[in-house]
Order: sequence, then C-alpha cells, then structure tokens
Amino acid sequence: MYNASDLRRGLKIQIENDPYVIIDFQFSKPGKGQSLYRCKLKNMITGAIIDRTYRSVDTFQQAALENRKMQFLYGQENEFCFMDIENYEQAYLSDDQVGEAKNYLTDNLEVEILFFEDKPIGISLPNFVNLKVTKSDPWLKGDSAAGDSKPVTLESGYVLRVPPFIEEGGKITVDTRTGEYVTRVKE
Amino acid sequence: MIQALRLFFINHGYLELETPHLIPSPAPEAHIDAIGVGDMFLHTSPELCMKRLLAAGYSRIFQITKCFRHGERGDRHLPEFTILEWYRTGIDYNALMEESQALILFVSKEMGSGGKIYYQGREIDLACPWEKITVKEAFDSYASLSLEKAIEMGRFDDAMAKEIEPNLGTKRPTFIYDYPALLSSLARLSPDNKKIAERFEIYLAGIELANGFSELNDAQEQRVRFEKELIRRRRLGKRLYKMDEKFLKSLEHMPEAAGIALGVDRLAMIFTDRDKIDGVISFTPEEV
Repeated sequence: MYNASDLRRGLKIQIENDPYVIIDFQFSKPGKGQSLYRCKLKNMITGAIIDRTYRSVDTFQQAALENRKMQFLYGQENEFCFMDIENYEQAYLSDDQVGEAKNYLTDNLEVEILFFEDKPIGISLPNFVNLKVTKSDPWLKGDSAAGDSKPVTLESGYVLRVPPFIEEGGKITVDTRTGEYVTRVKE
Repeated sequence: MIQALRLFFINHGYLELETPHLIPSPAPEAHIDAIGVGDMFLHTSPELCMKRLLAAGYSRIFQITKCFRHGERGDRHLPEFTILEWYRTGIDYNALMEESQALILFVSKEMGSGGKIYYQGREIDLACPWEKITVKEAFDSYASLSLEKAIEMGRFDDAMAKEIEPNLGTKRPTFIYDYPALLSSLARLSPDNKKIAERFEIYLAGIELANGFSELNDAQEQRVRFEKELIRRRRLGKRLYKMDEKFLKSLEHMPEAAGIALGVDRLAMIFTDRDKIDGVISFTPEEV
C-alpha cells in the first residue's frame, strides 16, 4: 500500500484493476491549503494517459507486477513467443506490446517479460545486445555525402548506421536504449 | 539577496532575532504537519514565538530561519526551507502590503535587477503599483466556479492551484486578499464581514511568495480557532498537538499588529530565474 506522499515519477500503482505508471508528477499546496498530488498516469496495458489529483488521505495499491526471465523463441505476425527459463511455460506478446524491442530480438535472447496478474504485458531488454549484420553495401571511399558511416541491416530487420569497417556476416553490439551502434563483436 | 533583505529591515528600525527551532506545541493548522523529534517538534514557522515577543513589548522584529514541514516536496516545496518572517505592531494588513512591495523592490534594486525582472521568459514589473484582487474576484475572473460554490464543494484548494494561481503575478506582482475566515486560523477577521479574514498572499509569476495578515490578538477567539483546527486534524487522522497555553496567555497582551512569512528559497528562484526550488539549494532532500 502506498500513501500520497510516496507518489513520484515512475511509481506503478493500480487503478480500477489496471496497472498505471506515473509519467508526470506535481506537488502543490496553495497557501495554508491541503496538499494536492497532481499526477499524469499511463495505463501500462492500453497506453491511455489520464490526469488525476490526489489528496494526502488517499492510498494506493501497488500494481501487481512481476518480471520473469524468459527466452525469445520466435516472432510471427502480431505474435511474439517467449519461454520461461525455469519452468518452460510460454507467453505471448502482441506487436504493440513488444514495440521497438522487436528490433533487437534474436533467437534465445534472454529478456524480462513484465506480468500483471499473470498476464504478460511488456518486455524489457538487456541494455546491450549482439546482432548479426545480414546486409551491408560496400562503403565508397570519398563519398562525402555518406560521411564516415554507412547503413546496414541486422538479422532482426533493423537498419542502422555503423562505421565503414563493419562487414556483412559480422556481429555488432547495439545499445537498446538509444538504438545506436556501440562496437564490433570480435569472434 | 539575504544581505539585501537584512539591510531593508535594519534601515527600517527592525530588530533581527532568533526563536527556538525545537518547540513543544506547533500551531495546530489542518494542513501543516510538523516533524516530531522525540517528544518535541521542529517548528513549522516561528509565528507563535515571534508573537509572544510582540506581547513582551518588541514592536518591529524580523527573522530569517529554517522551517520544517513534513511531506512537502515538489518543484516549489522542500520539507526544510528558509522563511523570512516579520512583524510590526500598530499596523494592519494594508500597511503590510505596502511594506512588502517596498521590500521586494528594494531587494531587486540592491541585486542590480532594477524595477524589472525576467522570470522564465516573462518580464515582471516590480516598480509599478502591484495588482490587488480579492479572493472572491479571483474566483470570478479565473475559476470555473464561484468562491461560495468552491468552499461548499471542498474544491477551494483545487481551483486555487489549477485555475487561479497560474494567472497571478504574470506581468506585475499580485496581492490576493480577503480570504475566507475558515482558511486563516491565525488572522484577524474583518470588522465589516466576519466571514472574511484580513489575510493576503503575494504571487509572482504564479508562484506563491508570501502569506501575511492582520494578527488575531483575541486569546479566547484564538483558542476556539485552534480547537476547530484540532478537530479538522483529528478528522483527517493527523497527529494532534498540545494547546500552546503560553502563547494563548501572552496573546492577551499582544497589541494590534500585522505579520508575514515569505519563502526565501522561492524569492531566490525568482531572482535567479530557476523553475525548480532544487536550483537554489546546495543539496536536495534526496541528495543528502
């Protein structure tokens, strides 16, 4: 159970059977008046954003969220399948729920799947993942328009810019928080 | 800035003093919570002690001190913050409004800002006469409901924070005055209208900077008001404080006076153009 004074950006609470994360928080207290806790909240399932103002007497249920370590098995149209490493149970996420994470998913990649009341609702990736370069055009020396980087396609289908020395078939490390190239993986 | 504040009061014949931070009985106000230390409390403001000094014969006093309020943390709130309070006998809230205006203008000039300051991209003129608007007028101008309706529905604070405050002090500072009596437990009521307290607030750029009033100096009336506040605290499930009998006793001897508390951190925010109070202190509560 949380009190109003626990409210802050990033806190996850349950409202009417849905989990919400506080994305913006403002404390205000007009002269000699009561404390107002003004929150912008995002529904963690639907993505809907709502505004709520709470008072110091309000209490909140912690959202019943749990992270489970799972392995990525396969992805097909609007269905991404993951397997629990401990008990081999499988869980499925939709395209929307996976979001940009699908750019970094490779077979057997270990990820954390977020569950709300035993239903999978989201995914968090390791900060760095290694991916194979499946397509790369040769870099044309002196092509000043391209600068000192070139586009490549990774095994997940993700396209990003990398330094010119990266070759097709090689592996690179990508930062999943920024989507940017970090380094070449030495085999 | 602090030196300029001091200089103003020294120039005007005020005595600077200190009162204890550790006190047995904070003023019982429904929505201000003291931080307990053993069987004592850290003061939430030096108000009661300073009024006892007025009763003891001091006529112009000021203090710059740390105050402590439980659970207050936001872009403009710290649980530990710096307050400037000053009291003067023989005047009411009207004269105090004039003096407040003179103080802010003086500090601005001392700091080289002249009569104009720039805050978050807006120019605020300190030198022209400040806007004066009653609480009732503010509701009529800016709120989606009337003052009476807001009080009836328990929406006063909500409307004040969301609809009214952002409009106050945008081009020049604003005095908003004549608060409903029940929101002013230590202020004197207007002789013409007992539903109104002679209380005002100063707003600059939507930021509440100071709260002042004609002081209630009727000990019996003050006891009744404190008891009402204690009942409100009990209803809210909040900690109850012992009645400050020494304060009530000395109030019998307190002459007519007016006093005001000004948020020094917020004044620093305004003069240094910071949008968050964190920008004017060395360590936030989360950093210490």
